[in-house]
Amino acid sequence: MGVMKRVSTIFRAKANKALDKYEDPRETLDYSYQTQLELLQKVRRGVADVATSRKRVELQMNQVQQNTDKLDRQAREALAAGREDLAREALGRKASVQTQLTDLQTQYANLQGEEEKLTAASQRLQAKVDAFRVRKETIKATYTAAEAQTRINEVFTGISEEMSDVGLAIQRAEDKTEQMKARAGAIDELMASGALNDALGGPHDDIQAELDRMGATSGVDAELERMKAELAGSSAPKQIGGAPGAADSVPQSGPSFSKDQPGPGGA
Amino acid sequence: MIIRIMGEGQLEVAESAIEELNKLDTRLEAAVESHDEPAFGAALEALLARAREVGTALPAEAIEPSDLILPREGATIEEVRDLLGDGGLIPG
Repeated sequence: MGVMKRVSTIFRAKANKALDKYEDPRETLDYSYQTQLELLQKVRRGVADVATSRKRVELQMNQVQQNTDKLDRQAREALAAGREDLAREALGRKASVQTQLTDLQTQYANLQGEEEKLTAASQRLQAKVDAFRVRKETIKATYTAAEAQTRINEVFTGISEEMSDVGLAIQRAEDKTEQMKARAGAIDELMASGALNDALGGPHDDIQAELDRMGATSGVDAELERMKAELAGSSAPKQIGGAPGAADSVPQSGPSFSKDQPGPGGA
Repeated sequence: MIIRIMGEGQLEVAESAIEELNKLDTRLEAAVESHDEPAFGAALEALLARAREVGTALPAEAIEPSDLILPREGATIEEVRDLLGDGGLIPG
């Protein structure tokens, strides 16, 4: 019989079954209208729900992007400091974080698609519900029960078809957002635990710790050098029995002192 | 004739174009029966594309029952089986 025909036959059968429940077919109209309003509410909530999920994925995308940037920066720093092993580690992590980002981007596109579809469905349903309200009042006012029957059949079947259609769309969107929520929750947890990518400069960031340690080490080395120079400088004039002015000038004019300043700050 | 594409709305299609759509529909049905997912995807895509081509969209506020109903774009075989109400091995 063909898929098209079979599906429409099933939809029609459903509508007829619903119609048969009422003694006076005109009762169906009011009842159906109530159901339509409820469904419309549900669709609107569905749209809001999908939008919230999309926002959440967007936030996660931003966070993951920040991590990628950060790991990239760390790799550069490590490389500049001559630590290729550390740079390699940072780039390795960057690659795995980037996979997450691609995944999130796919999810985002999915949710955006659902949101658009649901928004369109909600607008279509709104227009149909408005039209139904007018038709329902006309049918009730103008026709006798017998005459109304055929018109009701038509109007009711049309609207119930639309409602099933939209109902399925919401259900699908709900399923999708549930999945997304579960995955988004899992990613949040991973981020919080630091397992995913030592995210957001938290205490678990060992690459940064290593870089800091290197910065600190070079700072210590520089200070040691400076102190050595200082001691050598100050002891020399003393031995010569030089004026105190000479000793004063050494720490002030020491070029290594001013060089140290940006060192630890930049690390 | 009025055709609904689920998730998209309704189209008015000239009687003369139905035969062609029916042929595409037969292919779709065969794919559903044989559970051939790739063939199903292609057949559905072709049928929807042709229906959109030959049809003109009904205004949103029109309330008409459809003569024919098409599954949504991207639907799976399982979804269509559910729509047909035969979910199992024995076709209704």
